[in-house]
Amino acid sequence: MSEDFKNNKEIHAQSSETISGGTGGSAPDLDYVRPAEVSDQDLYHGHSFITKWVFCQDAKIIGIQYFCLATFTGIIGLILSWLMRLQLGFPEAAGFMTAEHYYQFVTMHGMIMVVYFLTALFLGGFGNYLIPLMVGARDMVFPYLNMVSFWSFFVAVLVLLASFFVPGGPTGSGWTLYPPQAILEGTPGSGMGIILMCVSLILFVAGFTMGGLNYLITVLQARTRGMTLMRMPLTVWGIFTATVLAMLAFPALLVGSLMMMLDKLLGTSFFMPTILKAGEVLEYGGGSPILFQHLFWFFGHPEVYIVALPAFGIISDLISVHSRKNIFGYRMMVWAIVGIGALSFFVWAHHMYVSGMNPWFGFFFATTTLIIAVPTAMKVYNWILTLWRGNIRMNTVMLWCLGFIVTFVNGGITGIFLGNVSVDVPLSDTYFVIAHFHMVMGIAPLMVIMGAVYHWFPLVTGKFLSEKLGKWHFWTTFLGAYSIYFPMHYLGFIGVPRRYFEMYDSPYMTSAVGMNEFISLAAFLVGAAQFILIFNIIKSLKTGKAAGKNPWQANSLEWLTPIVPPEHGNWGDRLPVVHRWAYDYSVPGAKEDFITQTTAPSEVTDTKVEKT
Amino acid sequence: MSDPKIEGYEFKPGYSGMAQDTASDQTMFKGVHWGKAMMWIFLLSDTFIFSCFLISYMKGRGSTTVEWPNPSEVFGLHVFGVDVPLLLIAIMTFVLITSSGTMALAVKYGYEKNRKMCGWLILATAIGGLTFVGMQAFEWSKLIHEGVRPWENPFGAPQFGSFFFMITGFHGTHVSIGVIFLFIYAYKTFAGHYDERKRGWFTSMKGDYVEIEILGLYWHFVDLVWVFIFAFFYLW
Repeated sequence: MSEDFKNNKEIHAQSSETISGGTGGSAPDLDYVRPAEVSDQDLYHGHSFITKWVFCQDAKIIGIQYFCLATFTGIIGLILSWLMRLQLGFPEAAGFMTAEHYYQFVTMHGMIMVVYFLTALFLGGFGNYLIPLMVGARDMVFPYLNMVSFWSFFVAVLVLLASFFVPGGPTGSGWTLYPPQAILEGTPGSGMGIILMCVSLILFVAGFTMGGLNYLITVLQARTRGMTLMRMPLTVWGIFTATVLAMLAFPALLVGSLMMMLDKLLGTSFFMPTILKAGEVLEYGGGSPILFQHLFWFFGHPEVYIVALPAFGIISDLISVHSRKNIFGYRMMVWAIVGIGALSFFVWAHHMYVSGMNPWFGFFFATTTLIIAVPTAMKVYNWILTLWRGNIRMNTVMLWCLGFIVTFVNGGITGIFLGNVSVDVPLSDTYFVIAHFHMVMGIAPLMVIMGAVYHWFPLVTGKFLSEKLGKWHFWTTFLGAYSIYFPMHYLGFIGVPRRYFEMYDSPYMTSAVGMNEFISLAAFLVGAAQFILIFNIIKSLKTGKAAGKNPWQANSLEWLTPIVPPEHGNWGDRLPVVHRWAYDYSVPGAKEDFITQTTAPSEVTDTKVEKT
Repeated sequence: MSDPKIEGYEFKPGYSGMAQDTASDQTMFKGVHWGKAMMWIFLLSDTFIFSCFLISYMKGRGSTTVEWPNPSEVFGLHVFGVDVPLLLIAIMTFVLITSSGTMALAVKYGYEKNRKMCGWLILATAIGGLTFVGMQAFEWSKLIHEGVRPWENPFGAPQFGSFFFMITGFHGTHVSIGVIFLFIYAYKTFAGHYDERKRGWFTSMKGDYVEIEILGLYWHFVDLVWVFIFAFFYLW
């Protein structure tokens, strides 16, 4: 066993390293950072292919595993959306598709994109890769648990995809899985489909809990010397807060899934009222379908912010680095993230205005919903003020950042419409809602993911992605996404309902037909454009320009490892010591336009650095 | 309790001091073992699971159209010719709460490196937990024998059976997992794994007596949840 741990050096006398000069004078030492509280982390170093690359305990590899698997499921979600758009735009060309298929694709597209793609990618992918590096830890605090987390996710995805191959196919009850229809005959996939969906969600929650505990404790208890909470990059703040939300919101999903499974398998009636079917009373009775909606949305709304908060954090860092300016209002940004996170637990019933509720109840939830707009708007202003008079690099990363801001503002404003009961009720279940949430939590976080991929690809692989392909990728995606979702607002206003397989001879037919064809064409194009990225990644891995150390001149710790790409254990012999926040860009008086987090104060005494 | 001593760090007084301590570098909870912090956060998450169950139960019970059965009668035992309400539950609760006491003592003896005493107390806790699960199995079979099922209930609302089996089952699963770990930890203590800091089988991390405290946290939590289930199911 001992050879597994051969790289664990004895703990160095880290407290002496920062005593500079050794003058021993009475002046307080400028660079003093108090010694480490805990001894160096004990890491398991795998030495076979299996322990190094498959059942790996290195958070960076686990992050890449999460990233690849989430992307794979995301591509399945993308293909499903193509099929849906084919049916909506060109029903005559989609003759193979029945209404049942359509509902199943809608359901699986929604669930895959929200849970198995975005959540897994942001928290599992970026969280695992970036948290230990950004806070200066050697790894996640519980590497074994972290590995189990990924493989639970893997099994969850397998179970989810298995539902495509069972009798009856996957569930077609919409991603909200509302009972009673989700488990009653007549809904596609009401047999094995819904059971597998519930099992898969339970596995996902279990796996996520293991990962989430890792992210939280790593941030709380394993930061390096000098890394105070208010020196952490906003990426870490975003992922951290999102994980807190997930730890408290996923329980409701777990309980809801479990109870629905019991309703299906054991014939309990948690969510099932008395139901008449073809004149006969079913065996169910006495349950409350609204209870499931509450459980689901108590998870479902924080879930929106589980996706959005990491995106907020990452975008803040990207904007700051690529406009060479400190993030405007760092503390405000932190508190906005925390505030949005806290508020997100008090708004869930705004998804249920049409379920019927006491008007005061709706009033309460409309109020809390609109209050969330305040910290969110603060963040948008701060991003723009960060850009203002910045030394902006118009590269692909910055394009994605700008694309994000525009899209997010757009989707956010329609959210203010929908947060009001009186506006929501007529717009509910129309394409306006589709346009709103795809803009705000589909396209906007996706833009962040793309920006983050272009930004951190040099760190993960040591190669740049191609800028030329990147710009093609961006402009097709950006313009294409607007072509898809802008017209949908109009479709919503004229009353086209969502989730309908076909419009039949409804009065919407006249103006909606041409628009649906246009949207579908744009959707095909945008979907295809995503393969530019995959091509770009493969091409750049082979022939990309070597990036070297810290290619973007960034300040945060992930770029400052002794070896790039970072190896297992991240920091070589000694952990970094942090002296400042991650945003000292373009400091007046400094030699270069960036001062890394590890730069000692004595080296920059003549500059006007922020006191952090 | 006094603050832990951290080399080179002085705790600051007052509320603003508390905020500064919290936001300081390296650790938020000074001197707290990673695993211990993890268990606390896991328990917070688990609290939300049980809260969801109990709130659903309240909602189900509140909105059912058929009358809810009287718990004193359903859970009563007929012993020596007398009907004693809640007798079994009283014993179960007593056993479980007592096992919390032995667990706390085990943690104390663990930190004192009193291997034997610690091991015996963990074993006592495990046996307490096992007794609890056994009595729960008895209660389940009694109710099933009387015709209560997850989907039906001869005494009234069918949701009574649904919620009862689901929530006590979920709690019983927690207790059973705890019992399994207690037996493993008792073995590890007797075998001296914590004294030798032997590496764990799965995680290959060095053993430490703090693990017993971490398991203790879980065990106390499971007991605490039982108090709530007891109050909501049997006393309401």
